[in-house]
Amino acid sequence: MNIHEYQAKQLLKKYGAPVANGVVVMNADEAEAKAASMDAGLYVVKAQIHAGGRGKGKFKEPEAGEKGGVRLAKTAAEAAEEARKMLGSTLVTKQTGEAGKVVNRVYIEDGADIETELYLSVLVDRASSRVAFIASTEGGMDIEEVAEETPEKILTLSIDPDAGVTDADKDQLVKALGLSGDAVQQGRDLMGILYQAFTEKDMDMLEINPLIVMTDGNVRVLDAKVSFDSNAEFRQPDLEELRDPTEEDPLEARAAEFDLSYVNLDGNIGCMVNGAGLAMSTMDIIKHYGAEPANFLDVGGGASKENITEAFKIITSDDGVKGILINIFGGIMKCDVIAEGTLAAVKEVGLSVPLVVRLEGTNVELGKKIINESDLDVIAADDLDDAARKIVAAVQG
Amino acid sequence: MSILVNKDTKVICQGLTGKTGTFHTEQAIAYGTNMVGGVVPGKGGQTWEGGGVADGKSLPVYNTVSEARDATGADASVIYVPPKFAAASIIEAIEAEIPLVCVITEGIPVLDMVKVKRRLQDSNTKLIGPNCPGVITPDECKIGIMPGHIHRRGNVGIISRSGTLTYEAVHQTTQAGLGQSTCVGIGGDPVKGMDFIEVLEMFLADDETHSIIMIGEIGGSAEADAAKFLASNSVKKPTVGFIAGVTAPPGRRMGHAGAIVSGGDDTAEAKIDAMKTAGIAVSPTPAALGSTLVELLNG
Repeated sequence: MNIHEYQAKQLLKKYGAPVANGVVVMNADEAEAKAASMDAGLYVVKAQIHAGGRGKGKFKEPEAGEKGGVRLAKTAAEAAEEARKMLGSTLVTKQTGEAGKVVNRVYIEDGADIETELYLSVLVDRASSRVAFIASTEGGMDIEEVAEETPEKILTLSIDPDAGVTDADKDQLVKALGLSGDAVQQGRDLMGILYQAFTEKDMDMLEINPLIVMTDGNVRVLDAKVSFDSNAEFRQPDLEELRDPTEEDPLEARAAEFDLSYVNLDGNIGCMVNGAGLAMSTMDIIKHYGAEPANFLDVGGGASKENITEAFKIITSDDGVKGILINIFGGIMKCDVIAEGTLAAVKEVGLSVPLVVRLEGTNVELGKKIINESDLDVIAADDLDDAARKIVAAVQG
Repeated sequence: MSILVNKDTKVICQGLTGKTGTFHTEQAIAYGTNMVGGVVPGKGGQTWEGGGVADGKSLPVYNTVSEARDATGADASVIYVPPKFAAASIIEAIEAEIPLVCVITEGIPVLDMVKVKRRLQDSNTKLIGPNCPGVITPDECKIGIMPGHIHRRGNVGIISRSGTLTYEAVHQTTQAGLGQSTCVGIGGDPVKGMDFIEVLEMFLADDETHSIIMIGEIGGSAEADAAKFLASNSVKKPTVGFIAGVTAPPGRRMGHAGAIVSGGDDTAEAKIDAMKTAGIAVSPTPAALGSTLVELLNG
C-alpha cells in the first residue's frame, strides 16, 4: 500500500525525523486560513498524488496554470490561490501515464533555504536478504540514473537484524552523505529513526529524495515516499486509515476483497489464470501472438466457485475486453471449480465476447465435462499454445 | 540419484491438523512420501488419522519440532502454518536442526523472512520457499502441493520461482518422454531460502540430471546471477530458460511479492539477454519449454 507524501512526513515526524511544518488542504475554501496558521516566509504548495515527478508534471486543465505540481508562494493568500487551481485538476507526470491523476489533496509546507540536496532510502535488499540503506550525495535526481552514470556515488549499507543500526553503520552513512557540522549528529540520529520506523511499521520502501541540508546547517526531510508490505497488514491495523481509495483502481480494489490478484492493463484480451507466474506468462504469450492482455489475474490456489464467478465479472466489467482466455493448470485449484464458477458468472452477466478455455491438471476431465454439457459458447483449447492462438484469432477477427 | 529428497527422506508436517496440512499430507502419503509425524503446539500426544486417499494411515503428533525430530529422526519438515505464525515455525525447525525445511505458506511479512534468513546464516538447514509449491523427486518423495500424477521419473532437473509454471514444465517434459529427476519450486517472495545458484549447483553435480529447465520472472537479479554462474562453471548441462513478465508494467506487483520491476536490470528482457549470453536456450513462450529442450538435446 502506498501513502501520500504528507502522510509519510507526519508518520516520520512521530518518530522524530526533521520535517517542515505543513497543512493538508482538501477544500480550497479552507486553504487560506490553514496556510495563514503556519506563519511561513515562503510557502511550498504540493499536489498529493501517488506518483513521482510532480514538480516537472503538467496539468491537463489550462485554468490550473502552466506550472507543475509543486509551486512556491510568498503569502498565505497566494498559496491558497495555487491550491485552488490544483484541487480537482488532473496532473500528468512521467509516472502517471497519459491519463494523469486528479489532485484531491494539496499539502502546503513551510519553505526551506536549500544548501545541498542528498538522497537517502531504506528498502529490503534481496541480495543480502536484509534491510538496507541507500545513500548518495546526488539528491533530487532519479537514483536509477545516478546508479547508471556514477555508481561510485551510491552507498548500499545492509543492516544486521540482530544488531540493528550500529555506530559503525552511522559513521559510514554520514560519510557517504558528506555531512559536516551539526548535520553529522542529525544524520546519525535520522538513520536510527528511519530504521525504527521502517521495521516497526512494516514498510517495504522509504525514500527521501531529497534529504536536504539547509543554509542554517540543519538537516530536513524535504520529500518522502513510503509504501508498506501488504503481507503485514494483519499486524498494522492503524495504517488502514492512511489508505486513499481515490488512488486505487476500483476493479483492483474489488478483486482484492475477493482474494484475487488483479492488475488492470490497456489491452483487449482478458485473462483468468491460476498462479502468478503462469498468469504473467499467459499475458506474454498473448503478446507473442500479436495481441495485448487487458489484465493480470491470478485466482490463486484456493479460490471458491464464488471467487471464480467474481473474477469473471471483474474481467467482463472492463469495457476494453474483446475476448477472454481462461488458462488453468490445476494443482490445488480444481478444474471443475473453475468450470462451475465460470458457468455461474455467465448465467448472471451474460457473455458477449469470445471465450477460450484451456484446462489441465487436477479434475481436468470433470471440468471439461461440465463445460461441454452446458450451453456455454466456448472455444476449447488443447494446450496453452493452442489457447493463445485461438483467442488472438477470435479477437482480431 | 536426484537431489534434496528421495525415498528414504523422512518427513514431518508442521501444521498437520489444519485443513491444508491434512489435505496435502494425505496426498503425500498416497504418492508414497515417507511421512513420519506432525507438529502442532498443544496437540502433542494425539494421533492424526488420514482420510480420503490416505485412509487407514495415522501419524503421531508432537508439540515441538525437536520432540518430533528426536522421536522420528525426520530429515525434512514441510510447513503449512498460516502467515502470522510461519516465521516462528521456520525458526523452530532451524533450531531443531532439521536438514531440509520446505515452506508452502504464502503471505509471510518480508521483515519476518529477514529474521529467518539471519537464523539460517549460522545453521546447516536448507530452506525452500516460502510461497512455493515444494520439492518432488518423482516416484519417491513429494513434499508440497504439486499434483503428483503429472510427473514422470526421468532426467530433467526443474527449478522455478512459479508454481503453476513449474507444472507446465513438468507436463511438457513428461509428454516429451524426458521425465524429471527432481523439481524444486523456490517460491515467489523477495527474501527466501535457496535461490537458483544453490539448486543449479546440485543439479550440475547430480548424475541423474542430464538437462535443466530454469524458470524465472521479473524482479531481482537472481536469474542473471544464475546465468553468469552457469556460464562460468566447468560442468555444462543443456539448459532451457524462461522468464515470465515481458508484458508486466514497471512498478506494479504481479501477484508474487517479489515480481515487480523496480530498476533497469530486473526486467524480463534484461534477464532473457543474460540467459542468452550465458548460452541458455530461452523458450519463446511458456508452451514451448518441452519442445525447446527436445530441440536442444537433438541439435
